Amino acid sequence: MGTNEGGLLDKQFQKAKQQAEQQKYQQMVQSVKPKQTWLKNAIAAFMVGGAITAFAQVIQNILQAVGLAQKEAGTTTLVIMIFLGAFFTGLGIYDNLGKFAGAGSIVPITGFANSIVSPALEYKREGFVYGVAAKMFTIAGPVLVYGFLISVIIGLIAFFFQ
Amino acid sequence: MGSTKRIGQRTIQFADPPSVVATASIVGPKEGEGPLADSFDKIIQDTYYGEKSWEKAESKMLAEAVNMSIKKAGLTPGDVDYLFAGDLLNQTISANYAARQLSMPFFGLYGACSTMYEGIILAAILIDGGYAERVAAATSSHHDTAERQYRYPTEMGTQRPMTAQWTVTGAGAMLLGKSGPGPKITHATVGKVVDQGVKDPSDMGSAMAPAAADTIITHLQDTGRSPEYYDLIVTGDLANIGKALTEQLAQQQNIDLSGNYTDCGVLIYDPSQDVHAGGSGCACSAVVTCSYLLEEMIAGKYKRILGLGTGALMSPLSSQQGESIPGIGHAVVFEMM
Amino acid sequence: MSILLAFLIGGTLCLIGQLIMDLTPFNVTPGHVLVGYVTIGAVISAIGLYQPLIDVGGAGATIPLSGFGHTLAQGVLQAVKTKGLLGAFGGGIEATSVGIAAAVVFGYVMAVIFSPQG
Repeated sequence: MGTNEGGLLDKQFQKAKQQAEQQKYQQMVQSVKPKQTWLKNAIAAFMVGGAITAFAQVIQNILQAVGLAQKEAGTTTLVIMIFLGAFFTGLGIYDNLGKFAGAGSIVPITGFANSIVSPALEYKREGFVYGVAAKMFTIAGPVLVYGFLISVIIGLIAFFFQ
Repeated sequence: MGSTKRIGQRTIQFADPPSVVATASIVGPKEGEGPLADSFDKIIQDTYYGEKSWEKAESKMLAEAVNMSIKKAGLTPGDVDYLFAGDLLNQTISANYAARQLSMPFFGLYGACSTMYEGIILAAILIDGGYAERVAAATSSHHDTAERQYRYPTEMGTQRPMTAQWTVTGAGAMLLGKSGPGPKITHATVGKVVDQGVKDPSDMGSAMAPAAADTIITHLQDTGRSPEYYDLIVTGDLANIGKALTEQLAQQQNIDLSGNYTDCGVLIYDPSQDVHAGGSGCACSAVVTCSYLLEEMIAGKYKRILGLGTGALMSPLSSQQGESIPGIGHAVVFEMM
Repeated sequence: MSILLAFLIGGTLCLIGQLIMDLTPFNVTPGHVLVGYVTIGAVISAIGLYQPLIDVGGAGATIPLSGFGHTLAQGVLQAVKTKGLLGAFGGGIEATSVGIAAAVVFGYVMAVIFSPQG
């Protein structure tokens, strides 16, 4: 057996040993980690998320009551909710809500507004082009990219298979 | 070679142990509400510290801490031969801009959250080696500058997992000299980079614990001491989870740390402060060491402390590329002679 | 009644997002949740299963980001019928243009007015 082969075997052995050690350590980490408070988080997400959308429904009902068609009322509600999400982020309140509500404040459109305003605010010191305007899309950018992508794919499928 | 200044695998035994001449600590408002509030030299009430950005505020704290330590010793910046400083920000700008203002011969360091201890070791080496009379070591971190660089914008509504730690806002400086009445630095054990495959960037304590345990175990082997030799063994910023893991890892090598071991990240905040696992950041070990720990030594409560600066050597880029988080731990022995 | 239904449907959609973040072994970030909701919402909508949810839940189904995906999908399907291949490209963006412009403009204005508080 060449020394080279021996070296290779040795390397593989070392690697396997290291992996086993790492696995053992990860198990240890899992045993020490505090249990995620997932039930509490789930309830908070449900309550806050529900409250935000229920509030949007109130606005939509009012808009419809004053005579807007359902579609227009829906779009106007969306714009108002985006404004509120942006505004409360600016006031420094939305992040405190997010700490408590998790997905309850991320999933509604107000969370999308928060994801746009928070980096824009944060990077104001770095200028209005490469700071505010560029960083604005750190999270909103991917959302738009995949949103547009899936929309065009759906459109192409509909076009060719109908 | 037979050097007398080195013992065991990687421990330095100083022939003429340098002294801690003076220390200074500045912290932010949250740390000022914590259990160690009375120990800090200065508590700032505004996270911007009168500056336009958090980065400028951090740099200002760092420069002020260095100046404060020099002033406390009754010296002028010209009396200090070298400055070792570093921080968490890209290209260590807090330290660089602080050094611009301080105009001292400057070595910039990056050891993540272990920077303070890395600086102390290097400063002590320069002094014991006869290259300097007085050397300052300093570091800073800021919750908001760290959040925006490593995690999310501060105003984004994200939930922090229970394993997450809170980056300490503050700066600590330690002035070391050839002689003086303060605690002396007798030994230092330089850490190795240890990586046990932890990938979760919101669980730094678990990532750093193996490196801390490795350094503690090696230090005790190199010096032939048992943990009881020290009145206190204290790690930098492992917080609750990392501390528990370090104890377990030491236990596996039949070293019992349960009696006298704690962590700066556990000491600095009260559990009611909603910091989850505890404190982290360069300033965590720096401000606790430069205030509470050394004050208690001078007051006579502790005679011998083994302090460890612990660092997680990752970047947002390496995390996104799926790399695990390497950790490091540097140990320093402080003794009242 | 419509408000209660909006609460229940909206709450449930958020609850699912929270469970995905907390209980899956992957490191699911808010960015992943937002992208996932838009994409999956669009797919569900394209096969006709999202409209019933809106009929019941109203704002409870339109305000979560899956509703944004729904608007994208319905917009593009409509546009394909009227404009053909060009509609397949422009339809989704046209339908969501008001919301996107609002988000960008309000986002910019807020960033100019306010400063982050940490």
